[in-house]
Amino acid sequence: MEKRIKVSVLLLLCAFLLMAGMFLHEEGNPDETEMDDYFIENGQVETGSNNIVAAIVFDYRGLDTLGEASVLFAAAIGVLIVLGATKNE
Amino acid sequence: MSKEMSPIVKNVACVLAIPIIIFGLYIILHGHLTPGGGFPGGAIMASLVALFLIAFGTGWAKKINKGILSWGESIGLALFGLLAFLGLGTSFFNNFLANSNSLFGMSIPFGPNQGFLWTGGTIPLMNIAVGLEVFAALSIIIPIMFSSDESSKEGKK
Amino acid sequence: MIDLIFLAVIALIVIGLYAVMFKRNLIKIVVGINIIGSAVNLFLVSLGYRSESIAPIFTGTESLNMALATPQALTLTSIVINLAVTALMLSLVIMIYRHYGSLDTLKRRLKE
Repeated sequence: MEKRIKVSVLLLLCAFLLMAGMFLHEEGNPDETEMDDYFIENGQVETGSNNIVAAIVFDYRGLDTLGEASVLFAAAIGVLIVLGATKNE
Repeated sequence: MSKEMSPIVKNVACVLAIPIIIFGLYIILHGHLTPGGGFPGGAIMASLVALFLIAFGTGWAKKINKGILSWGESIGLALFGLLAFLGLGTSFFNNFLANSNSLFGMSIPFGPNQGFLWTGGTIPLMNIAVGLEVFAALSIIIPIMFSSDESSKEGKK
Repeated sequence: MIDLIFLAVIALIVIGLYAVMFKRNLIKIVVGINIIGSAVNLFLVSLGYRSESIAPIFTGTESLNMALATPQALTLTSIVINLAVTALMLSLVIMIYRHYGSLDTLKRRLKE
């Protein structure tokens, strides 16, 4: 019984994802490109970086990267707390 | 459980140490010119720790000084935040060094070029900071998870 | 009609959810969550792809038809967060194994 519910939920989700995939833009032709065109045209001159992805990661969207680095820091501290503390018993 | 492997593996690991470090530093320092940056470079340098753990066993893991590594992690993150705050004259994460003809401040015109290292403003400095942080974080995580198996066996007895 | 790359994304998400819902081994559940994360990364990158485009890097290229850069930057963020989450989940799994002596989600008995 429980397994049957799980299978139906999975099939329902599969159908939903397939339906959602129908409404996406066709591959290789994105709809809204104004922001990325601005980054590609002006990013090299504004930041001096050849790599536009690095310019976005560390300059235009730096706050995201700060959060990401904090998450990695917190994960290392978490692993140290969960596993490292028991070794000194 | 995991003891030392044969001298062949140990010697090859020692020989591979220098190329791996140099490749990781290359990826970090050229993060604003080629694919890569602080995160992949730090992960490459941390893969050296994993290689040494496999070659030298858990005995080597106990020799790693976790205090220095957690200091490196903290310094990397603090340097990253400090560089972000230094641009606060204009806005948070402002690239105040770009096109300023000072540190990493060479200005380049639009279009493809062969890549100049002395460009990018704060981006190479942030790459170095993040690379230090990722290297230290992964070097803390990998040995702890590697040697946790042995300590759990000791706990059973 | 639906594109092949989106079909691959859907297949990866369904495989990951299958592992999360039906498997009882905790390590397999962690692997399933990882597969879902990889599917999301693939979806993000494929959303920003222009046909015949190159990576948005100006070093030593001729063409200026570049893929969208923001999805790639956010995928980089997503990969690192996936790594951090996986490390934390695996350490919790190790703790669970140490306390209960089993990785099965249904056979949890405290060790004497």
